[in-house]
Amino acid sequence: MTLLSLRGITKRFDGKPVLAGIDLDVARGERIAILGASGSGKSTLLRCVNFLELPDEGSVALDGETVGRRERELTRVRQRIGMVFQQFNLFPHMTALDNVMEGLVTVRRVAKAAARERAERELARVGLADKAAAYPAHLSGGQKQRVAIARAVAMDPELLLFDEPTSALDPELVGEVLGVIRALADEGRTMLLVTHELGFAYHVATRVIFLAEGRIHESGAPDEVLKAPRRERTQAFLRRHKEFSL
Amino acid sequence: MYQWDFAPVAANWPLLAQGLLNTLKVTGVALVVGLALGLLFALMRLSRHRGLSWPAGFVIEVFRTTPPLVQLFWFFFALPLIAGIAMTPYIAACVTFSIQSAAFFAEVFRGGIQSIERGQWEAARAIGMTEAQAMKRIVLPQAVKRMIPAFMERAIELMKTTTLVATISYADLLFAANEISQKTFRPLETFTVAALMYFVVITAFSLLARRFERRLAISGEATVH
Repeated sequence: MTLLSLRGITKRFDGKPVLAGIDLDVARGERIAILGASGSGKSTLLRCVNFLELPDEGSVALDGETVGRRERELTRVRQRIGMVFQQFNLFPHMTALDNVMEGLVTVRRVAKAAARERAERELARVGLADKAAAYPAHLSGGQKQRVAIARAVAMDPELLLFDEPTSALDPELVGEVLGVIRALADEGRTMLLVTHELGFAYHVATRVIFLAEGRIHESGAPDEVLKAPRRERTQAFLRRHKEFSL
Repeated sequence: MYQWDFAPVAANWPLLAQGLLNTLKVTGVALVVGLALGLLFALMRLSRHRGLSWPAGFVIEVFRTTPPLVQLFWFFFALPLIAGIAMTPYIAACVTFSIQSAAFFAEVFRGGIQSIERGQWEAARAIGMTEAQAMKRIVLPQAVKRMIPAFMERAIELMKTTTLVATISYADLLFAANEISQKTFRPLETFTVAALMYFVVITAFSLLARRFERRLAISGEATVH
């Protein structure tokens, strides 16, 4: 069943096209890895899905319903979509627990006690039960990103967006974050994942799409796109990425 | 050599104390009203609606670019003539300095709000907050923390500026000092004591504020700038 449906999404920055007409259907339970060189529009595409960027043209439909542009509609749609950012964007004036509770209390109007219980569960799930009272400034990058994931998941999103979730991390911290994302994947959650971790994409994604010049250049199963890409640009991209791997 | 004699000043201490109290009254009102009104002005000025941002910008600029003494005269002398609104010196002082501080605080608020990284707005919007919720829960609390040094600076400036109210015969500390010096022929001693009183009050205030700032800094990120 189709959860998300993008039609003809275009986006220009200062007249320069970044997305040049993207069509994409995402079924429930699908996990799509989005690859591409920097500047290919990967992050912009993700940000158009929850309207952090307003597409210049095209439509986004969630559960078959096209999302309008009124503020109230955008807010409602964002409540159904979770997002994890490259720079974590935790709220620095709140503890880890309060970060996770915030959406439940302010947006969902869940009672404080229930929200706290839920937030504690989410923190435990990402292995940070003991950091509930810590402020973000006292957490490592990997811990921050895991709190950010807990914050997104606490809202029970139907779709999770990951925007290069490990790109800002020291290499030795990447594993713990990927482990958490892996666990979410195993639960059968629907996700769109912009990443440079090709190995992770290969193992976790059900489909891989490769963006170039604001279009979907190649798309298919991880085995096809990552192991036997048909198009030249995809091949070149993968060659560059594999140059130094063993 | 000048012979210092503080006895005549000491004999008049109730006048000075009352003056200090009056100074604190005007400063306090102007701070509280100025902060609330300043936040309102800042939010209006940041609004996308020109019907809100333009009037706020106008008031802010007028009060930041005209001398406080002129503003005070305008409220106290001009308003009764033009609009028939007569105010006591106290009310005129409160109104003038409230709006004037609001204009300054509005710019401090605006600077603080705009200093918050875009990622904070995005994270707030991404969990489904409205713009107002994001402002109230995420952006303002962080912005206010960063603004504390600027607020302190402004509060101190304000207390000193309120000495202008003496010109419309409001019996603040400076007005009292002036009276005493004329009565006792001891201007040096009187104004020295008055200066000391300002010094003590303002120093105490900034020490308190700094301690408050340190306590806030412990929770998470410190104030910047």
